[in-house]
Amino acid sequence: MSVLLQQLANGVVQGALIALIALGYTMVYGIIQLINFAHGEVFMVASYGGLATFTLLPEDLQKSPAVALPLMFVGGIVVAVVVAVIMERFAYRPLRNAPRLAPLITALGVSVFLQEAVRVFYPNAKSNLPYPKVFPEGNLTLGPVNVSWTGVLLVGLSIGLAVILQTYINKSRMGRAMRATAQDPDTAKLMGVNPNRVIVLTFVFGAVLAGVAGIMYGGYLNNINIDMGFQTGIFAFTAAVLGGVGSIRGAVIGAFIIGLIKTVAGQYMPGGTQYDYVWIFVVLILVLVFRPQGLFGEPERVRA
Amino acid sequence: MRKHSVKSAAIVGASLLVLAACGSNKTEGGGNTGGSCDTSKGTLTVGVVAPLSGNLSALGLGIKQSAELAVDEANKKCTVPGYKLTVSAQDDEANPAKGAQAATKLSTDPNVVGVVGTLNSSVAQTVQPILRDKKIPQVSPANTNPSLTRGNDFLTAPKRQFDNYFRVCTTDDLQGPYAANYLVEKAGKKNIAIITDGKTYGEGLAAELSKQVAKKGGKIVGSEKVGEKDTDFSGVISKIKALNPDAVYYGGEYPVAGPLSKQMASAGLNVPLMGGDGIFDPKFVELGGKEGDLATSVGAPTESLATAKAFVEAYKAKFGKEDYAAYGAFSYDAANAIIGGLAKTVEGGAWDDSKRDAMLTNVGAYSGSGATGEVKFDQYGDSTNKVLTVYSVTSGKWKDVQTGEFTG
Repeated sequence: MSVLLQQLANGVVQGALIALIALGYTMVYGIIQLINFAHGEVFMVASYGGLATFTLLPEDLQKSPAVALPLMFVGGIVVAVVVAVIMERFAYRPLRNAPRLAPLITALGVSVFLQEAVRVFYPNAKSNLPYPKVFPEGNLTLGPVNVSWTGVLLVGLSIGLAVILQTYINKSRMGRAMRATAQDPDTAKLMGVNPNRVIVLTFVFGAVLAGVAGIMYGGYLNNINIDMGFQTGIFAFTAAVLGGVGSIRGAVIGAFIIGLIKTVAGQYMPGGTQYDYVWIFVVLILVLVFRPQGLFGEPERVRA
Repeated sequence: MRKHSVKSAAIVGASLLVLAACGSNKTEGGGNTGGSCDTSKGTLTVGVVAPLSGNLSALGLGIKQSAELAVDEANKKCTVPGYKLTVSAQDDEANPAKGAQAATKLSTDPNVVGVVGTLNSSVAQTVQPILRDKKIPQVSPANTNPSLTRGNDFLTAPKRQFDNYFRVCTTDDLQGPYAANYLVEKAGKKNIAIITDGKTYGEGLAAELSKQVAKKGGKIVGSEKVGEKDTDFSGVISKIKALNPDAVYYGGEYPVAGPLSKQMASAGLNVPLMGGDGIFDPKFVELGGKEGDLATSVGAPTESLATAKAFVEAYKAKFGKEDYAAYGAFSYDAANAIIGGLAKTVEGGAWDDSKRDAMLTNVGAYSGSGATGEVKFDQYGDSTNKVLTVYSVTSGKWKDVQTGEFTG
């Protein structure tokens, strides 16, 4: 029993990380029907951005977590946002009216580009880099369950930001513009919405969340490498599909489902941890067979 | 200013060479080593296949640079009369498919006389046959999987697999049991959990360890696998923790082992993590390896060997840092075995393709005193040097605690 509870807790933490990234996939898809495969790389770049910020800090500031940690968040998020905005402006916007396949391939290209750029230009990025120890040390112990404070912080941030995002999109004026653009960009334009602004803002939101995820990943796992974006990105993409691409709630719930399947199946299913990925994709396939639009997605509309 | 003086030195050097060239009648291959050796017969190449990028690049670069050092010294000492030697290093990214490409590239170059590499046993499996078809000797500084030389039934029915393949390090059928003896007898860890990364090296090593643990009265309480690219091990750790092990043995390499050790500690599983030569690298500690973690590695500690002293000093003089990593001394010896075999092959003659059979025989018969001790191969191509060392992380550094041979 205590093992099950511990594995559930592990799954929630993993799910929280995936959720932060999955939101970026799902929002961009919701607005421009683009699977932004480079989004995992935005997350990776943010992690390196945070590390670079820390490295550039004067030594006395490095020793004070209360200053260094927020600055790392700022650094990581700024890098992520800049990369995402440049990416949108120069890689995706020129292809806005091209066949859907073109931006998709471009996204894959941007992904490889970012990964290689970090590998070549970031010092020592060819191998794993240790992350600075500015995160809260120690564990939260609740009976048999043990979760590091960084893990707790990660879950809190993930759920908190998802709720804020959902509220913003449902309640604010800009959120209404986003929903309008998602439904029909041309009509939205006639109603005075500037689709370019809305789309850039969507990318910025996604990048901010990926930035938070990037820093928390480093803090939670102590190491970063250039493959992390691809690995985690695949899970996030799967979470978005599982929950229904385009749905905020779906992405978050899908992410937690994936985290939980990974840890619980690793514990109890035959084959153990070696086969934990298998069960994730078995569930994905089953869901897509019976609900092709995902758990919370809307059936695909035919666009004029 | 500095650039300028280098330039003028080069001009002076070049004019001297031109003058010298007037004296002799053949200068093919260029005498730009600066030495006084006869290189009239051209250039021959020693290939290197190792991970020069990616997570294991610290080990790979140590292999490459140590091979370069051996070749440099051979050029200075005119070890191979009539030829200038060069190194052609190919990146295998620790990936068997990339290793095959690298080996193919080297094997199509008629000047390649031998290859130092690979680091990973899994990569060796794809490289071996490609080089065999071209009769190119391969000397590995680091492959420890026993089946590479003696086949899958290496204990009961050993059979030579590749007549072009040799290695200067010992094998996991000794390394695994040696680690098991240390864990069970010296450290008193009876209940051992095993985690592997599913690759040839880690699986083989862990399997050999398990057998010996059982023999010595210990118990394998559980066995789990992690993906090579996994980063969050909380699931595996919780599963292992419930089994209450005294120690965790990891079959794999440091990019996973370091973070794994750190995550074990933060999940409250405070037992030592032990691994093989794949985790014996300073990066292991940097990435999260904790005090008291253990590793076995092949050979005696390089710093303590009298025969290694010259290597360490020469390496430092050439590269400025002592970053030869776990396999530098082995790579140096591997390259020297190839150079030694080559010197014997071309003695009094010239290199051509018909010499390749003789080259294989000569590398196999090579014997010398190298940076890791005596370098010699047995009938399977394995090293006769069976020394192993146990290291432990002490104040943030690997420190040797026991050196010896596995005796059962």
